[in-house]
Amino acid sequence: MMHKLLLRIKKLLPKRLAKVAVIAMILSLTACSGPYSTLDPAGPHAQSVAYIWWGMFWFGTFVTIFMTLLWWHAMRRNGTDTPDNEVQGKQNSWVIWGGIALPVGAITLLLAFGIPAGHRMLPFDGDDVVHIEVTSHQWFWQVYYPDLDITLIDEIHIPVDTPINFHIRSDDVIHSFWVPRLGGKVDAIPGSTNVLRLQASETGRFEGQCAEYCGVGHAHMDFAIHAHSADDFASWQETVVQGDRP
Amino acid sequence: MTLHQQFEKVWGNLPGWGQLAAVNHTSIGRRFMLTGAVFFIIGGVLAMLIRTQLALPAQDIINPDVYGQVFTMHGTVMMFLFAIPILEGMAIYMIPKLIGTRDLVFPRISALGYYCYLFGGIIIMSSLVLGMAPDSGWFMYTPLSSAEFAPGPGSDFWLLGITFVEISAMAAGVEITVSILRTRAPGMTLSKMPIMAWYILAMALMIVFGFPPLILASIMLELERAAGMPFFEVAAGGDPILWQHLFWLFGHPEVYIIFLPAAGIISTLIPVFAGRPLVGYRWIVLAIILTGFISFGLWVHHMFTVGIPQLAQAFFSIASMLVAVPTAIQIFAWIATLWHGRVTYNLPMLWVFGFLIIFVCGGLTGVMLALVPFNWQVHDTHFVVAHMHYVLVGGMFFPLIAGLYYWLPQMSGRMPSESIGKWAFWLTFIGFNATFLLMHLTGLLGMPRRVYSYSGGLGWDWLNLLSSVGGFVMAAGVGMIILDVALHFKFGRKAPFNPWKADTLEWATGTPPTAYNFASIPRVETRHPLREHPNIANTMAEGQHGLADISHGRREIYGTDAITGKLKEVIHLPTNSWWPMISAAFLAGVCISLLVRVYPVAIMFAVLAAITLLRWSWENGGHKAMAPLTEEEWQRDEPPLNSRTCDGPGLWGMNVTLLADAALYLSLIFGWFYLWTVSPNWVVPEDSAISLPGLLLSGVLLTVGTLWYRQTVRRLCQGNDVGLGKNLAGCAALAIAHLLALLWFTVSAELSFTENSHDAVLLLMLMFQIFHSVLVAVTTSLQSLRVRYGYVSHRLPYEPVVLKPLWLYTTAIFWVSYASFLLLPMVWGGGV
Repeated sequence: MMHKLLLRIKKLLPKRLAKVAVIAMILSLTACSGPYSTLDPAGPHAQSVAYIWWGMFWFGTFVTIFMTLLWWHAMRRNGTDTPDNEVQGKQNSWVIWGGIALPVGAITLLLAFGIPAGHRMLPFDGDDVVHIEVTSHQWFWQVYYPDLDITLIDEIHIPVDTPINFHIRSDDVIHSFWVPRLGGKVDAIPGSTNVLRLQASETGRFEGQCAEYCGVGHAHMDFAIHAHSADDFASWQETVVQGDRP
Repeated sequence: MTLHQQFEKVWGNLPGWGQLAAVNHTSIGRRFMLTGAVFFIIGGVLAMLIRTQLALPAQDIINPDVYGQVFTMHGTVMMFLFAIPILEGMAIYMIPKLIGTRDLVFPRISALGYYCYLFGGIIIMSSLVLGMAPDSGWFMYTPLSSAEFAPGPGSDFWLLGITFVEISAMAAGVEITVSILRTRAPGMTLSKMPIMAWYILAMALMIVFGFPPLILASIMLELERAAGMPFFEVAAGGDPILWQHLFWLFGHPEVYIIFLPAAGIISTLIPVFAGRPLVGYRWIVLAIILTGFISFGLWVHHMFTVGIPQLAQAFFSIASMLVAVPTAIQIFAWIATLWHGRVTYNLPMLWVFGFLIIFVCGGLTGVMLALVPFNWQVHDTHFVVAHMHYVLVGGMFFPLIAGLYYWLPQMSGRMPSESIGKWAFWLTFIGFNATFLLMHLTGLLGMPRRVYSYSGGLGWDWLNLLSSVGGFVMAAGVGMIILDVALHFKFGRKAPFNPWKADTLEWATGTPPTAYNFASIPRVETRHPLREHPNIANTMAEGQHGLADISHGRREIYGTDAITGKLKEVIHLPTNSWWPMISAAFLAGVCISLLVRVYPVAIMFAVLAAITLLRWSWENGGHKAMAPLTEEEWQRDEPPLNSRTCDGPGLWGMNVTLLADAALYLSLIFGWFYLWTVSPNWVVPEDSAISLPGLLLSGVLLTVGTLWYRQTVRRLCQGNDVGLGKNLAGCAALAIAHLLALLWFTVSAELSFTENSHDAVLLLMLMFQIFHSVLVAVTTSLQSLRVRYGYVSHRLPYEPVVLKPLWLYTTAIFWVSYASFLLLPMVWGGGV
């Protein structure tokens, strides 16, 4: 029975796969870029999540199609010829292969990629790490550079290719600090400080926004990170320290 | 008079307005489902408002303030007023029919639950009409929902209204658990139950353990808002993350509370339409139990971005993925059943097929979201909105509609139309996928949840437009379902007996069902009674099995052993009663007066509600409205009535209720230790404000009372009721002395509960204890009074037995509180 099914799937798949692949390529070329797109990564953390996503996407698509076809085939075929007691004897193989082995295998595979990726994102301290403090308010972000003793509102300047530790707090309600093209988000919680490690691998402007609902101004609580080359960042620092900028 | 007419006279509802006094599970179940459907339409309209607003960028049809109310109410209505109640309604309607009995075991509680749901729902909806609806999101994260940032009454509507509605969930949870365990048809062992009963049993138990954390959290937040007790306020030593823990400690099991009964529908339909008994029944039972357990261990996956320690994140991540295993077991058992059967194609199966595709997608994105690094990216985006709707609409709504079409002939006696039904399915299916499949991408492109508007040119425009179009297509599909169901009552052709050739007893009730379900109750020793005994419906209707005599005029069902199904007693049930509606109305009065903060009126209503509930409890056991002692009952060939025994369903009801109570208490202890170890500004005062020796005295009085009470009940069950009334009065006197001491040392304690979170938690603990002590004192006093009326004696020992666990529990929590709230801090020292 099983090999018949596999044959049928083989017949169906190439056509479908080709179609899906073409659509996906078009999508990834045109639709996946955008100022807030996690699929248009500009830093190592966002990059590894994007890779994981595409891996999961293809695997998930395959599983969905497989399950749908299996179900459809199970509905179409006539299996009444097997007597009841024999069928009940077959339950173990169905459940053990499909119900236990399949999900456990998939989860193991996922964790094998996911755990190292997550580990690399942790904000370990290091000599070259830049430290920036961010305090969220309804509805703006206050950015403080302890080394330079300057404060900015809704804009952040960072050197490219340098790990940055953002120390994030909240002055009122819970907000969430998120720059999708650079990496994951972390909540700003009153009473505690969360540290988020981000790094930009190219220069430019990256959009950030609040991700946790924080009241009527939530939709407009955005900010920008400007990643500069080392030289540009040094000159920016000089300018602001001299007081040209508030 | 035919047998049917005699039964109808005893079991029927009162005519006219008397319908409001109905307690019958068929009536109450129908009302739950109908009310749930109305709330579904309201929630759907709110969803359409959201999709209208988001269809194009930079629209301002709805301003951000109203938008906050709309999405909060959409989530709240769909979760609390539609999904859970409609499934409770289904369980209330279906369970007695499936397990071969005539009603649920506490019918008046069903009615109370329904009225709390109805009144609470109306109170919550009124906030929308008044334009002051809650607007902090359906999970009400504080401090956004606190008095400082949400000064209006919106949050109060949510906290008080939802807690009021939850009375109905708790009532259903307790009642359904006891009914399934204690009132199955004789001979029906646990392993011979229809698979649906297992699912509903798991749902009911999960309600019992899952809802109390939310109820506690709601009480705490409302106390913070109204009385200034700072549980979640950082400056005073609280912590807002405690709210999130308690909320999701409820919130995640809740997803499975919704999913399990829906999966039960799938497990019921597939074998019927495959013409093959369910393959892997035992595996599925195992999967249900596993799901129940695992679901309480993964709440933190809603909180991966709040800064939880890494190790905990890894634990909850893996636990969240593992819940895929029991789900996959079920899916493959279903496939195996289809594989070895010959499928009949029809409307219910179409919905089952739609369920599979959508639910598999939702499950897969669920596993993805459990991966922490990916979660950090897409948490709080439209990806999560898409995932959640795939799981909830796929996992709950599609099976629900499959079940609706399947059981429609059972409920109405008529068949639905195939053609409108097919249109409805395809519109819903296509519309749903158009709305939510694309929404995954919207989220990946960075669109956060809960934004009332967005700028153009971010790559979100076309996705949102298509999602909105899809949303309206789906709405059209839902509209056609409603139309189809409405039309079928008039135009549907008459359903033949057992139209789908099902194998379970609900099809033997007659279609539409009678008020008493079955005129006689057979022994059931198979999972497939209708298949193996094709004539059983007739012999049951003719009264050839047990409990066929109705001349005594009591509503009676069988009580059986929880595991073996061995016949133990005859349970006499209360008849139509106005008390549930009156009590619910007074409770609604409490809710409303707390909302408008007129506390004296609230106290007045609370006292009225308590009096009504006690008056209701007076009509029990040997009371003339229930089952006074007669000669007839000893002469007939049936087991004794339950109120003449010491192990009746009431004891089970008390025990299950106390499990729920213990879940609430454990949540309180969790909160105490959480704040103690995590909260940054937690301060333990230098000296204990509470007199330790004073409380010790109070506890000793309670303990002596408990020992005395135990002794009294033991003697009573041995048939010795000499001095029963005096003994009970003595116990009650000790309880009152204990209570007075407790009150005195609480009032004189000078707790600074508005400045200090530590003292606020202490006060809450004391209030919790006082509540239970009052309950013990009042109910025991009433028992001693009932001895004088002759309602309690050695022939009627039932009620004191029911109260015994309450005594033990009250004493247990007293000493646990004494140790962990008062002694431990002294040993462990002050601040952390």
